[in-house]
Formats: sequence, C-alpha cells, structure tokens
Amino acid sequence: MSLDIFNERGVPLDKQRFTWKELAGPPFSKIDDDAFTRVRVILMNGIMSDALRFLHVFGRRNRELRLPLAEVRRVSHHQQTMVNWLNPPDQSAIETTIGFEQVAIEVTAALAQHEPDAYLAQNYRFGLLEDFDHLYRFSALMDRVEGKDANNILQSYTDIQPGRPTAVEHRAPIDDVRRSYDRQRTAPLTKLNALTLVASEFQTHDYYMNVGPTFADPVARMVYAEIASIEEQHVTQYSSLLDPDETWLEQWLLHEAMQVYNYHSCLEQESNPRIRGIWQRFLDYELGQLHVVMEHFKQVEGRDPAEILPSTFPDPIKFTSQREFVRQTLAREVGFRAVGPDLFADGSESEASRLYRSQLNTPVSPTTVIAAGYRWLPGTELVSLPAASRVATAPATTH
Amino acid sequence: MKKPTDLGTNRTGVLASPVDSKKTAEGAASTPLVDDGGPIDLAMERSSWANDAEPVGSMPLPTSIKGAVKTTIDMVRGHHPTVFLDKLGERLAFERTGVRLYEALLIKLDAAELHEGGPTRAEIEQIRDDELRHFDELRAAMESLGGDPTAMTPCADVAGVAAAGVVKVLADPRTTLSQCLDALLMVELVDNDAWVLLAELADGFGQKEMADRFRVALADEEEHLLLVRRWVNRGVTGQAGLAATPARPDQGHPANP
Repeated sequence: MSLDIFNERGVPLDKQRFTWKELAGPPFSKIDDDAFTRVRVILMNGIMSDALRFLHVFGRRNRELRLPLAEVRRVSHHQQTMVNWLNPPDQSAIETTIGFEQVAIEVTAALAQHEPDAYLAQNYRFGLLEDFDHLYRFSALMDRVEGKDANNILQSYTDIQPGRPTAVEHRAPIDDVRRSYDRQRTAPLTKLNALTLVASEFQTHDYYMNVGPTFADPVARMVYAEIASIEEQHVTQYSSLLDPDETWLEQWLLHEAMQVYNYHSCLEQESNPRIRGIWQRFLDYELGQLHVVMEHFKQVEGRDPAEILPSTFPDPIKFTSQREFVRQTLAREVGFRAVGPDLFADGSESEASRLYRSQLNTPVSPTTVIAAGYRWLPGTELVSLPAASRVATAPATTH
Repeated sequence: MKKPTDLGTNRTGVLASPVDSKKTAEGAASTPLVDDGGPIDLAMERSSWANDAEPVGSMPLPTSIKGAVKTTIDMVRGHHPTVFLDKLGERLAFERTGVRLYEALLIKLDAAELHEGGPTRAEIEQIRDDELRHFDELRAAMESLGGDPTAMTPCADVAGVAAAGVVKVLADPRTTLSQCLDALLMVELVDNDAWVLLAELADGFGQKEMADRFRVALADEEEHLLLVRRWVNRGVTGQAGLAATPARPDQGHPANP
C-alpha cells in the first residue's frame, strides 16, 4: 500500500508522548520471533540513532531552529529507546552482532536491487560483499569462542560463507570517498536509500565500538577492532554518496522522509503483532514530524517540499532473504576493488591502499585467524570432527 | 499462561526451515575456503596473548599496621596470606551477591505455581539470611586479618564475571522459578567447595576459631545445596509429569512480579 505523505499528517508533535514503562517494554523473543523482526529492530535503532546525530549537528550550526530541532529530537530519542529496548537480555553481544550483519546483508541487498542509480547500486553491492564476509568471520568467532551456532540467529535466511575477505577490505581513505549524487537530478528514492544505509552502517560501527572491548577473548577484541574499522570505511563510502550541497533543511526533510519510509516498510511486513503496533505508532509520529519540517522548510527556504519529496512513496524495502541476489553478486563482483571513487572488476588497487593494509595486517590479521579453515555446519563445526580431534590445543607454554 | 515448555514457534534450528537451511548448508559446503589453517591458528594467537598478559589486578595493601606486620611475618615463613585474603574477598563478594539472588528468587516464587517438594518462602528467606550472615562473617574475618572488606580483590572480580550470567537469569522477568533454581544450583555447588577451601586456608594460617566458624557456614551451605538440588529435581520431574503428586498444577510459568 503506497503512502501519501502530503495528505497523511500523522500524530501532531505535541501529542507524541511516552512513559518509562513503554520505553523499556517487553522485548521480542530471540528464539520464537522471526529473524526479520530482529532485523527491523536493529535497522530502526540505527535509523533513529542517525536522526539524533543529524539533529544535534544541525542544532550546532543553526541558532533559529534550535528549539524545534530539540523538540523533534526529544521524541526521536524516545523512539530510539523504545525500539532498541525491544532487544532481549538473553541476546548476547555476539548474537546481536550476527543480527547487525544480517541487517547489513539483507537490507543492503534489497536496496541495491531497487536503487535506480547504477553507480550507487554498484557501491551497495560492493559494500554488501564486505558485510557478507563479516558475517562469516563473526560466525566463526561465535562458534570457536562461545561454541554457538550463528544460524540460531539467522534462521537459515542468510548464507554463512566467505565474501570479499575482510583482510583485503582495508583501504586508504582516498579509495573510500565516492562521488555524490546530484541533488537536482537524483530520484528521491536514491536519496532515501543512501540515507538509510548511512544510518544503518553508522550504528553498526558504533555498536562494534561499544561492545568490542567487552569481549574477553583477545582475538575477539581484535576482530571487533578490525571490523569496526571497515564499518568506518563504509560510513565514509555511503556518506560521500550524499550531495553536500543539499541545504540543512533539505537534509532534515529527507531524513524525516527516510524515517517515514522505513517505518512504513517495517509496518507492512512485521509478523509480531505487538511490534507491528509500535511501527504503526512511529509511522504516525514520523508523519507528524515530517509535516513540522515541511512547515519550517516552507518558511525558511520559501520552497515547496514537493520539490524534494515524492508525492507517493516507492514500494517498501523488502525484508526477506536475498540469498540468490547475494550469491549472484558474490560470483560476479567479489574480485572488485576500489580506486578513488571507482570500482574495478580487474582487481586494480592503489599503492596507498596496499601499503595501508599491509601495515595494519602485520603481524596478524585477526579476521583471518578467527576463520582459518572455517566452514559453517548446522550445529557448529564441531559436529564434523571425530571427538578425539575436536579441541584445538596450542603448543605447551613455558609457564 | 504460556509455559516455556509449551510447543511454539521456536525458529532457531535447521528443521524449523528445512528448505532454506538446506540451501544454507549446501552453499557453505560447496564454497571454497579462502583462508588455510584451522582452529589451531586461533589457539596459537590466544596462547601468545596469554603468555604476555597482565593479571586483572592486584591485592590491596593491608589496612592496618597489625595487618602489615602479620602479612610480613607470614611471608617470611614462606606463606602467602594474600592468597587467603583474595579468596576471602571472593567469597565475601559472592555471598553478598547471593543475598540479592535469593531476594530475586522470592519474586519468582510469588509468581510461580509450585510442585510438591518445591521451595517455601520461609526456606528461601532462611537461605537469604544465611548468605547475609556469611557476608558479615567474612567481613569480620577480612578485617581481623588486616584486609579491606570493601575492596574488590582479583578473585572477587573474576567470580563476579562468572556469576554475571546467574544474575541475568534471576533478574529476567521471563525466566521461571525452575530456570532460576538451575542457575542457583551452580552457585551452591561452587559455594560448598569454596567454604571447604576457606576453612582449610584458615587452618593453614593458624586461624583456628575462624576455621571453626567457616565450618559452621559450610554446614549451612551443605543444607542449601541439598535444598536447591531437591527443588530442581521436584520442579523438573513435576513439570515432566514424572513426580508423584503435584500439589499444584505447574511450576514453569514465567514470573510476573
């Protein structure tokens, strides 16, 4: 069902209220709910986190709009709280990490397929194959450090295989900055897609930066440090796709529209009735916020929001397994490398990236160590080994 | 009310989605691996870190001249009283957490429907009070040896890490009384061995009266273990329909404090 964002006015901002009991409500079930419920929760937490980030930076740069920015931001903060608190306490940091990578794979793959701009779509496929490898590395970590099966979280929707090896994903900044879309000529959907991925990857980066040090295993700590670095690259890549010449208010308008689009997509596909109610409520809240921003846009810039926003929304983001698309992309594009803003099929790379990577990966590549010879099996790799040889033992030490 | 042992929509296993899981398994099996080696690579790297690692922390300095003198004399004799103080600190922290765990268990009890032979409120309160008394006992013991009972010793820190999962199980409103008792059984098993060791250490350091008091605490802990074991057994066999005569229909409801 398409959404008419100009006529749907949602809930007025001053009626958007919460209680602590609502904000920290019951979580979803890690084992009973569909994996895509977790995917949506993780994604929307990232979207709201980015809303706060954007609104804070905007507030630093604009005196007149500080109050309305603060008003919208307060509600956004509470929306993020309510969404993030849906994560259950029995979902460990590594299990949540598996969920983050499932988001990165399935949502990026969905966006890459409906992205009308070929260059941006190519960049999404490029990033997708890197996140695909992260899932494989984290799955190996989960298996080999905690003795747990990542597929308990993935629920067989997503493959667990090597992608573009994480060890070769490290690039010099010059090879991560992409060409931006042109705000005058680009379809609204392209802008919404790019903002969605920036938000999602930013939260992934921040999550790994927060939980990485909470791991006891030294290799796990290095793996998080290494993959967080790639997430920083991904934020750089995806952020550089945004047109920096968009005005602040134009960006605010687009960000609110992006939130509406995402909540709308969640609502259309949610299988948990209670959480579907939350998506409906927040869709209505976001529509209310969008109309607040539309008014500021009209007053401050003297422009019609319809210049920026689509009259009806595109089809929702598909929250479903993108296995075949990912496999085809993997087969065709795993060898692609970035040089400057361009991606090359022949594996060309800059000297800057080669040197940067070589330095970081010496003396050890943590993601290579954790997944050395790793092949996922239902029930963990231990099911394939004869009992006597199942435990890897390091050589005796001197103390 | 739903019980965790009811059949439901658990989606975690491969049999919950046979078509998709077949694709995942076949994909993983047929894809060439990109990195040579195996789990041994991880073991080697971990080993290199273990060889160079600093400990989680150290013991605090003695808090009194008496304590400092005593520590010095013991060390001259070839003893290491800080080992004893570290274990005292560990047990002190563990018993303090134990009080909170049994307080949480009372909430679970209120929400549960019990099987015959399950815990009573008075029994749980008695264990909670025992844990509090043991905590006091250990504070006094630590002070008498010149230690600081408010400090977190290295073993107390590590025991706290080990118990973190138990605290999570007890605090989660979704867990049942039976699930919490399973977690507490781990606590009580450790507690029993720990008090045996503490009494032995007290003897070794010439603290005869202290050792006697610790053996009284050990007798409490032995009683706790017997009780928790029995409650776990009665609860689970009752839920499985194997117990003789359930007094009330079920013990497996999520607690709703």
